[in-house]
Amino acid sequence: MSDASHPDPAPVLNRTPLYALHVARGARIVPYAGYEMPVQYPLGVLKEHLHTRAAAGLFDVSHMGQIVVRPRSGQIADAALALERLVPADLLNLKPGRQCYSFFTNGTGGILDDLMIAHRGDHVLLVVNSNCKAEDAAHLAVNLSGTCEVEPLDRALIALQGPKAETALARLAPACASMHFMDVRDIDILGVPCVVTRSGYTGEDGFEISIPADHASAIAAALLEDPNVQPIGLGARDSLRLEAGLCLYGADLDETTTPVEAGIAWAVPRTRRAEGEHPAEFPGARIILDQIARGPERCRVGLLPEGRAPVRAGADLYPTEDSQRAVGTVTSGGFSPTLDRPVAMGYVPSSLAATGTRIFAEIRGKRLPMTVTPLPFVATRFKRGPSRQP
Amino acid sequence: MKFTDEHEWLTLEGDVATVGITEHATTQLGDLVFVDLPKVGTTVKKGDGAAVVESVKAASDVFAPIDGEVVEINEAVVKDPALVNTDPLGKGWLYRMRLANVADFDGLMDEVAYKALVG
Repeated sequence: MSDASHPDPAPVLNRTPLYALHVARGARIVPYAGYEMPVQYPLGVLKEHLHTRAAAGLFDVSHMGQIVVRPRSGQIADAALALERLVPADLLNLKPGRQCYSFFTNGTGGILDDLMIAHRGDHVLLVVNSNCKAEDAAHLAVNLSGTCEVEPLDRALIALQGPKAETALARLAPACASMHFMDVRDIDILGVPCVVTRSGYTGEDGFEISIPADHASAIAAALLEDPNVQPIGLGARDSLRLEAGLCLYGADLDETTTPVEAGIAWAVPRTRRAEGEHPAEFPGARIILDQIARGPERCRVGLLPEGRAPVRAGADLYPTEDSQRAVGTVTSGGFSPTLDRPVAMGYVPSSLAATGTRIFAEIRGKRLPMTVTPLPFVATRFKRGPSRQP
Repeated sequence: MKFTDEHEWLTLEGDVATVGITEHATTQLGDLVFVDLPKVGTTVKKGDGAAVVESVKAASDVFAPIDGEVVEINEAVVKDPALVNTDPLGKGWLYRMRLANVADFDGLMDEVAYKALVG
């Protein structure tokens, strides 16, 4: 027996403020993005996944970067305008107490990182990927230093996700119940000032809670007293986001992938496109807007393997059972506990991207048929506000 | 019953060995969702990838513990991979192989040595 995915040994690993709680709960700890993180608890990936869909899961995502961008002028529009030169979001029209999904682009239209951007009244709060957070902070410091202070925060971040997340959090913080998808609010939990967003990475309704590091264990422990809440590791976090059709940076998105190819150009609002009201001055705008107008040459699609064998990231894709030339690659793939079948996502030429198209993945020397299918695999259940449909 | 340091177990009847993975292995792997077994008639050398077991998270090779020819596979675990988790040493066996050299079996670890290995 050997695990096909040996992690590289890392010399120095950080621990999140919840490390002791993970160990006490019997987590299996693995190195991830420079941290010792729980990949699963004794419940196991499969049952942790199903529990999150049925009740509520608590995830330690403190390894992610939280970065405050504060305008030196005190005028939030200055921070919005400065950030709009790095991301294609409409930050001038982002309202206080709301957040949006966006990405840092490069000069060729590729994605440096994807992130959440929250309007916090007098400042902007970014949540970025753990693997990119040092580069992101440097990117911000270099490009915004004239107008903004850029301050990475040393706070814990907990995600509470699932249909029972609201009930579980409302026991400690009743105010959370009136929040809608993509709202952000200051809420005291056990007397500790927290920043709560109604968002997540599972496709479920839920919250992400930014907590001063010293208080994170107490708040996590209080949430875990609810029998509906189980701690969930990174293993199930990955299978949950895959079912929801959400991209993982470094797998489905990277510096060579444009938002149009990735199918996330919905996050480039009309106001930031060529005909829009703010200048389309973000890196790679010409390439990205051209792809929006003409359509990309390749795109990310959902793929349903026809058999039971999971088709995982890295598998090459072929247009026929015997063709010699690979035309695409699986970027995320595994087993869907909710659907009890394998699911995958990957990039294919746009000519092969229509729903129902058959394509072949090569696994261990065999060609396995897959069918192009719409994303997400499992319907999302966000609690959207009445006037805030996307 | 004999064991390997790759966390397989074997039992011998005549010159045919039954091969499975240990409880320690299933605990490490977590709930299995897919099992790929070799074709009957396949000749395998010690160390060849003979089967693949997959959890939600990852695929793992099960290496041939010894030289031989696959003579039977357990279709029940292909239909229900969870059997490997619930009864790894019994109904969760993977395949049977006719050994090239029956004497190879005696060279494998006994239970005491295996228990010492996994602690």
